[in-house]
Amino acid sequence: MAGHESIGAAIRAAAARGEPALVAYLTAGFPKRERFRADLAAVAAAADVVEIGVPFTDPMADGMTIQRASHAALAQGVTLPWILAELAALSPRPKAPLLLMSYLNPLLAFGLERLPSAARAAGVAGFIVPDLPFEECGELKAALEAEGVGLVQMVTPVTPPERLATLCAAGQGFIYAVTMTGTTGKSVAVPDDVLGYLARVRAVATIPVCAGFGIRAREQVARLKGSVDGVVVGSALVEVLERGEDPARFLGALRGAG
Amino acid sequence: MATAMKTADAGALLAQEIAGEFPDRRGRFGPFGGRYVPETLVPALDRLEAGVHRWLKDPAFVAELEHELATWVGRPTPLTHARTLSARWGAQVYLKREDLAHTGAHKINNAIGQALLAKRLGARRIVAETGAGQHGVASAAACARLGLPCTVYMGAIDTERQAPNVGRMKLLGATVVPVTGGDQTLRAAIDEALRDWVADPDGTYYLIGSVVGPHPYPYLVRELQTVIGREARAQMARQAGGLPHAVFACVGGGSNSMGMFHPFVADRDVALVGVEAGGRGAKLGDNSATLTLGRPGVLQGAYSMLLQDEHGQIQETHSVSAGLDYPGVGPEHSLLQATGRVQYEYATDDESLEALAECCAAEGIITAIESAHAFASARKWAATHPGSRILICLSGRGDKDMPTLQKTLLKGQA
Repeated sequence: MAGHESIGAAIRAAAARGEPALVAYLTAGFPKRERFRADLAAVAAAADVVEIGVPFTDPMADGMTIQRASHAALAQGVTLPWILAELAALSPRPKAPLLLMSYLNPLLAFGLERLPSAARAAGVAGFIVPDLPFEECGELKAALEAEGVGLVQMVTPVTPPERLATLCAAGQGFIYAVTMTGTTGKSVAVPDDVLGYLARVRAVATIPVCAGFGIRAREQVARLKGSVDGVVVGSALVEVLERGEDPARFLGALRGAG
Repeated sequence: MATAMKTADAGALLAQEIAGEFPDRRGRFGPFGGRYVPETLVPALDRLEAGVHRWLKDPAFVAELEHELATWVGRPTPLTHARTLSARWGAQVYLKREDLAHTGAHKINNAIGQALLAKRLGARRIVAETGAGQHGVASAAACARLGLPCTVYMGAIDTERQAPNVGRMKLLGATVVPVTGGDQTLRAAIDEALRDWVADPDGTYYLIGSVVGPHPYPYLVRELQTVIGREARAQMARQAGGLPHAVFACVGGGSNSMGMFHPFVADRDVALVGVEAGGRGAKLGDNSATLTLGRPGVLQGAYSMLLQDEHGQIQETHSVSAGLDYPGVGPEHSLLQATGRVQYEYATDDESLEALAECCAAEGIITAIESAHAFASARKWAATHPGSRILICLSGRGDKDMPTLQKTLLKGQA
């Protein structure tokens, strides 16, 4: 199966066990560049899908935690070529599919011609590019597709219905349903209108739907159970790694196992 | 995303630019521009685009804007014949006096126009970014005038070096938020304003200060700033007896220069020169000369020229002038450079400060350090084009620069 199909399969397999799948995010090389492979292995063992953040100087969709993590990683010399080399060298290979989350400019600088094959060789199943809306994504999507690598589409509570259908039809891997307007990392309760929004997304989507932005507690995950196929955990996990705590324990607690 | 442009393409693109075909439907100026934003902002930009098409040429809107420009901003701004500079440089030098516009710079043309638009679109609050503080002051003033709450994001470094403007914004009722993340200058302020807007895309209007950002901002800001070039063109014909041989304007994000150049783009005999901040020199990190020294990429919503490293990370910039201290530039400038219609060069910190001092002594005008960059290049050009007519966009006044001037030109003086 194409790389991006492994993402949906992993999420479905987890959701079939009765709990939302966990899509876990970490910024590559944060807090310590030399611990990246170990941190990634620990996260991948406890999560169903892993998003690896490529640090960027201007992460405009991200809140303070991921801004801080990005700048700290850049200060340690983390680059996209380094990340791809680290991923290619992973042994054993993690079971969880790996996605790269990157703003567009580092991808452009790497070169859209050579990115897809380099990503595939590194075992990357898909990309999330937060500053690349659907209208601008054609070139990257087609190039990735040729190597079986997917491009995830994001939808938000303010996405109009017609556009929602377009985005869901174009999405690969899973539909990333942003649960609030705003940047990443702020904790939010899960009000009824969010559940209604997620139901609207699921009614249209033919691939799994994962909710993200502001997920950090078991109560939120429990409340989302049944309304989504998975949840994305970003800033909260980055903070766990920053404090030197055990990511598996944190992710286990989110699943209600802690 | 072609980075190199063949000569034939350049000619065709310039013809399209002159024919007014840019931005196209996708918000592009040839290969540049577009809309690279988080999905949350796409519906807001769609609404803004619809609003721009609905209102910008609407007779009632135009009448209201022109009334504000005439009775509140103080337009038209004069064209001054710089007698002493003309004699010293051996050319006829004319200054377009945007420093005499209300709040002291061209920024007010855009701020009042967008604030009027925001009101039409039902915005509940305005957010703006500012570098030198001129756009922040202009936005604060326009919002006060129209009764809209205003929050201005400003890099922490800039709040210090442009302290007088922080006080002015506060007096005008704006909330000023110092930005301590990122590079703590204009770029970080734009990032933070975008984050604010992402949090409330329905009720908040982002009043961007230059011809940068996602479509339709580069178009909207250009349209609101071309009043500079339209007035200057008519004034040159009347007062100087003909169009200028060359026009100079400084380029940071590029709004005063775009406003000045655009009405002259079709006048192919008029040389257009954009002057960037050369800072301490050509080394990466020592300047803000994006067009002269950068490569194309995507930052803050648009594909345009950028100062970046080999991995696509945006570079720290340096300029003595906060208003030019920015690693990106408006996408239409990237097109005008690629087509060869506008020549972009840079003036260093020292050259600009020297030019500022010369203008003070010769003409009794303290220009903004930003505008002084244009003077520095114009003086060099005059040396090789004796007897020519030169138009300089004096985009703002230098009062805001006193903290910097105390540490530079006035250093050691009692």
